[in-house]
Amino acid sequence: MSLLEVEGLNSYYGDSHILFDIAMRVEQHEVVALLGRNGAGKSTTLKSLMGAVRPHSGRVVLDGVSIAGKAAHTIARRGMQLVPEDRRVFGSLNVEDNIVLAGLTAPKRWPLDRIYEMFPRLKERRSSRGTDLSGGEQQMLAIARALVRDPKIVLLDEPFEGLAPIIVHDLVRVCRDLAATGLTIIVVEQNIAAALNLANRAYILNNGHVVHEGVTEELRRDPSILRRHLGV
Amino acid sequence: MLSWPNFISQLFNGLALGALLALISSGLTVIYGTLGVLNLAHGAMFMMGGYGGFVTYQYTHSFALALVGGTLCVLVIGVVTEQVLIRHFYRRPPEDQLLVTFGLGIVFVELVRLGFGSLSLQVSPPEWASGITRMGFLIYPTYRLYVMGIIAVALAVLYLILYRTRIGMIVRAGIEDSGMVDMLGINVFRVFMLVFGIGAAAAGFAGIVDAPVLPLTPDMGDQILVETFVVVVIGGVGSFPGAILGGLIAGEILSITSMFNPSYSQVMLFVVMTLVLLLRPQGLLGQSSRT
Repeated sequence: MSLLEVEGLNSYYGDSHILFDIAMRVEQHEVVALLGRNGAGKSTTLKSLMGAVRPHSGRVVLDGVSIAGKAAHTIARRGMQLVPEDRRVFGSLNVEDNIVLAGLTAPKRWPLDRIYEMFPRLKERRSSRGTDLSGGEQQMLAIARALVRDPKIVLLDEPFEGLAPIIVHDLVRVCRDLAATGLTIIVVEQNIAAALNLANRAYILNNGHVVHEGVTEELRRDPSILRRHLGV
Repeated sequence: MLSWPNFISQLFNGLALGALLALISSGLTVIYGTLGVLNLAHGAMFMMGGYGGFVTYQYTHSFALALVGGTLCVLVIGVVTEQVLIRHFYRRPPEDQLLVTFGLGIVFVELVRLGFGSLSLQVSPPEWASGITRMGFLIYPTYRLYVMGIIAVALAVLYLILYRTRIGMIVRAGIEDSGMVDMLGINVFRVFMLVFGIGAAAAGFAGIVDAPVLPLTPDMGDQILVETFVVVVIGGVGSFPGAILGGLIAGEILSITSMFNPSYSQVMLFVVMTLVLLLRPQGLLGQSSRT
């Protein structure tokens, strides 16, 4: 049984149909990339899995439990975490309170020391307010907030967007370490090189449909697939 | 006419009124900040606190118990209202929310009128706080000094809840981004219920504290509601410190203007609000934007 099974997922924004019968599977310890042009439905897919957007229909099973249509907090307690595109760090809370808040309802949580070991920068800035952080620090905090809940699966929405190359490099390393310790990750990323670098397998979305599924090896070997679907 | 004792006394009146407005407004602003619902029934919560306290006083003859009774009564009304009605409107457009809370306010006022009549009811101040106090050249009603003290304590309690407890941390995060709080595994709807209850209770508490100063009438909340909105706009929507600052400013404006010409006090309040909106649209202590 896969850790995450998605079948026939349909989502709407108001009257507009955004996702059409999305089907995907993610195995335990796998890193899966979701690729696609702007507006292909990548973020909406992540939000629909997390319950931030209520899917219209479809089956989503996480570790044997159906989570489709459940509230986000219920899905979070089942072990899923979304690190949203715009990070959504709480600016009025300091770094440590952001992390503590995230861990409040987790059945099992990481000790703060483990978080700070992974992000020494956050330890230095532990009493800074969220609003005073740089983009890179905010991204680290957003990821830390997800990790403190010891999730089964983390959905990363454009984690490297708008960050300096050196920070992207660091974050890719962190994500790799996480994957190596057995965390399951779905990553949406415009930076295709970084995404392929990280993931074992990829789905390509176009206009809300899954148009390709395969191992990242294949995408690296045969660039025509990316060219055909993404125009790169 | 204009003498120092008179002026100082008006300053004190402004402080007492300001403290009252601050307490009521902090409830309104935290509810709006967290739930995104502008509660037009908030004035009715203030009024029902007064009546709840009045009833308790009738039975117990204890002002302290009346404070507890009035507050609890509105806390329960707030929680039930949120559970039964308000929660169905979170996803509805703002005009629907305004209409439902406006209607709710009318229903509450008329129910109280049905039960207690339109004539004003008096709650006498407790014995330990009646009479007058001499402060140098100033003679001032003792109970009003107590009002300031009691409300200062209430505001301090709210502050401690909001800034020194886990629940407060969740509420502050929720004011910023309730969707993200939900994604972090915290049931925001339960938080919403609590915030609505406590916000309403703050208004109810103010209603009974103010009852010995201002006689109870079913529509006593209408005027206060308008002033409370102005306070929230001046202080910054969703900001607890803003509600306190805005409340004190509004109290002094109302009080000092009415020393010269009472009919201009409301006008001055709106003049100041307009100035704030022009110069600092997010309010004195408000965040620039809300998502």
